Amino acid sequence: MSDKPPPPERTAAEKADFKRELTDVVPHLRAFARGLCGRPDVADDLVQETMLKAWGAQARFEPGTSMRAWTFVILRNAYLTDMRRNRFRGEYDEGVAERILTAPAGQEEPIHLSDMHRALLTLPPERREALLLVGAGGFSYEEAAEICGCAIGTIKSRVGRARATLTSMLEDGDIPQRSTKDAAAHRAILQELDQVAAGNGIAAAKS
Amino acid sequence: MASRKAPVKANQERGDTLGTRDAEHAPAWANGLKQLYDDVVEEPLPDAFKDLLAQLDADDEPSGDAPSSDKGAQ
Repeated sequence: MSDKPPPPERTAAEKADFKRELTDVVPHLRAFARGLCGRPDVADDLVQETMLKAWGAQARFEPGTSMRAWTFVILRNAYLTDMRRNRFRGEYDEGVAERILTAPAGQEEPIHLSDMHRALLTLPPERREALLLVGAGGFSYEEAAEICGCAIGTIKSRVGRARATLTSMLEDGDIPQRSTKDAAAHRAILQELDQVAAGNGIAAAKS
Repeated sequence: MASRKAPVKANQERGDTLGTRDAEHAPAWANGLKQLYDDVVEEPLPDAFKDLLAQLDADDEPSGDAPSSDKGAQ
């Protein structure tokens, strides 16, 4: 993929820097993965896979750039690959605590963690990841576009649609049952995944 | 994409993030989503991750005392 010659082997100091930065982003990788695939155990497996891939590809990391963005691309690619192998089916964690996530002022019903989780997992994957990156991870639209390998306008559109859907679900209490249980819905999601995977994210982080 | 884009900068200005344009219309759940993410970030790191991080160095140093435990993910 890369048309550049492989960079020279990293020095011990560079490896130490890389490891420190990688260590710092692990909690963020866990949070992103949890949002993507729902189940904590599956998410953590994905993060460990990502860490190993990132470590193996560290020569392609450009020091001074965002380690979080770079590793998110690796995690995202690993997730999409595993999704297409049917390893994940957007499984909702049934064991998630029924606790109140936030109780907005002027809101009659507080929002529960489990509802938020379920609503998030009913979103099509490309909208879910866009919303996670921008709405939860705090990435700019531009950064999110880099990570997903698509245009800024595309990210804005995906975030906008995701927000509209969540607003409908959470504020109108209209959360459907898990659509991924339905075969047709699952096929549709896989088709969308192929489109999502067509954008390859930051090229340098491809593994 | 016709040309290779510049990599994302570490401290890129966040001028166009969610909520700046329409913060006044931010849905009630927006905080909850952020909290969902932040809660996981704040979780103490499970030992499996510490072990994996420790192992990265060990695997890398030919002279090091590489532990022979599982790699966690293949």
